[in-house]
Amino acid sequence: MDDPEGWFAGLDSGDAAAGAERIRAGEASTPAAWPRMAVESGFAADTDEYYESLHEATLAATRAAVAEREGADDRQLVHAVRAMDDCRRQANELAERLAEWAGSRDPDAGTGIAYARELASRDPEDPVGREVVGLAADAVALEDRADRLGAFLERAAPEVAPNLSAMAGPVLAARLVSLAGGLESLAKKPSGTVQVLGAEDALFAHLQGDAPSPKHGAIFAHEYVRNTRPSERGSAARALAGKLSIAARVDHYSGDRRPELAAQLEERIERIRARDSG
Amino acid sequence: MTLPAGVERHAFGSETALATRGDQVSDESTDGAWRRWDLYRSKLAAMLDAGMETGLVGGETVLYLGAAAGTTVSHVADFAGPTYAVEFAARPARDLLEVAASRPNIFPLLKDARKPETYAHVVEPVDVLVQDVATRGQARVARTNRQFLDEGGRLLLAVKARSEDVTRPPAEVFEESLAELRADYEVLSTERLEPFHEDHLAVVATPE
Repeated sequence: MDDPEGWFAGLDSGDAAAGAERIRAGEASTPAAWPRMAVESGFAADTDEYYESLHEATLAATRAAVAEREGADDRQLVHAVRAMDDCRRQANELAERLAEWAGSRDPDAGTGIAYARELASRDPEDPVGREVVGLAADAVALEDRADRLGAFLERAAPEVAPNLSAMAGPVLAARLVSLAGGLESLAKKPSGTVQVLGAEDALFAHLQGDAPSPKHGAIFAHEYVRNTRPSERGSAARALAGKLSIAARVDHYSGDRRPELAAQLEERIERIRARDSG
Repeated sequence: MTLPAGVERHAFGSETALATRGDQVSDESTDGAWRRWDLYRSKLAAMLDAGMETGLVGGETVLYLGAAAGTTVSHVADFAGPTYAVEFAARPARDLLEVAASRPNIFPLLKDARKPETYAHVVEPVDVLVQDVATRGQARVARTNRQFLDEGGRLLLAVKARSEDVTRPPAEVFEESLAELRADYEVLSTERLEPFHEDHLAVVATPE
């Protein structure tokens, strides 16, 4: 078996960039007396010089790694979730148009994206059919793009907002960040505002005095709200919004993981659901 | 109890507190070159304050897992020798970088402590392994990183009960963590860190 190699193997001690790259991407099965080996191999004149090179290379490596990871920052989430919604909306619009168009030519035409997918796989029989099938392919491509953006959010949101993503799910977390205009703005919003983010129309109708106050906005998508019976939904939404805004603050200000938040929320929701409905 | 060389009880106004000498970090309180080492912000400080025999003497080589923003790491680097600081999250690592920039003996690494092979090509065998990671499987992390500890070295571990399982009593979680730890380590002493750190167990151990 080969002996493990240190990050400096074969490098010139003046080449900090190459050293940083090795520190980021390299591996070894076991540690070894690297400082001594670096001196023996001529990478450094003595251990002091080795530690100096190591300091410089680890700083550069970590700086680059931090910048790259934070490049998946909250602004990117905002763009991605909006792009996903745009794609999905347009795919649905095209699917409706297709259902109408195809229905004028075929009494057995279906509806929705599923039907568009079926259409897209057909061989067109005439010039009009070619247009219909082509449009169906575009609708399907938009829907597939939306799915890919969703998969991207599943990976990216937990990097940016781990606690919020753990509790809300990555997509809803990204949507809340997007509605608030960024993670920092979300962290600064009172939980009552987080509760109705995405229900602005209903909120303004209420403020003008001719509608009840909305009980939930985007967080309606959360299982804790949707699957709680309507009479208790307001309570569930309030409890969820409270914990989500704490999660957003932890994510923005400290970056710690706080699994206890999710457990507390689960307990609270259970109690709300167990309330006597009479 | 013996404090490592470079750590003292120092007077800050009317209070006496643990302190190390070095560059000030953010807005902490200082007296000349002495920097107050806050027991509420550092599990290692709480361990020293509680009189645990950490085996630290000063000048040793350290691998620190869970370096976070570098508060404790900066104090360790004040009295220790080469200090490898591993942190997994990018946001706190940004603060760690600032702390490390003015301290030539801190080597910051943005790595996952559960994957030692990703930093074994950088980290040399050390005298002391300090571990304060808020992840499930803390005992496993200590075991997989045992390869970095020299014979006779010390593991200084803070087990956070809530990271393992928030629903179970901490005492149960600690027992389980210690049992797993004993597969690779001899546990020398343990101590709860209340009131400074709730539901944390400090462990001093040596590789078996």
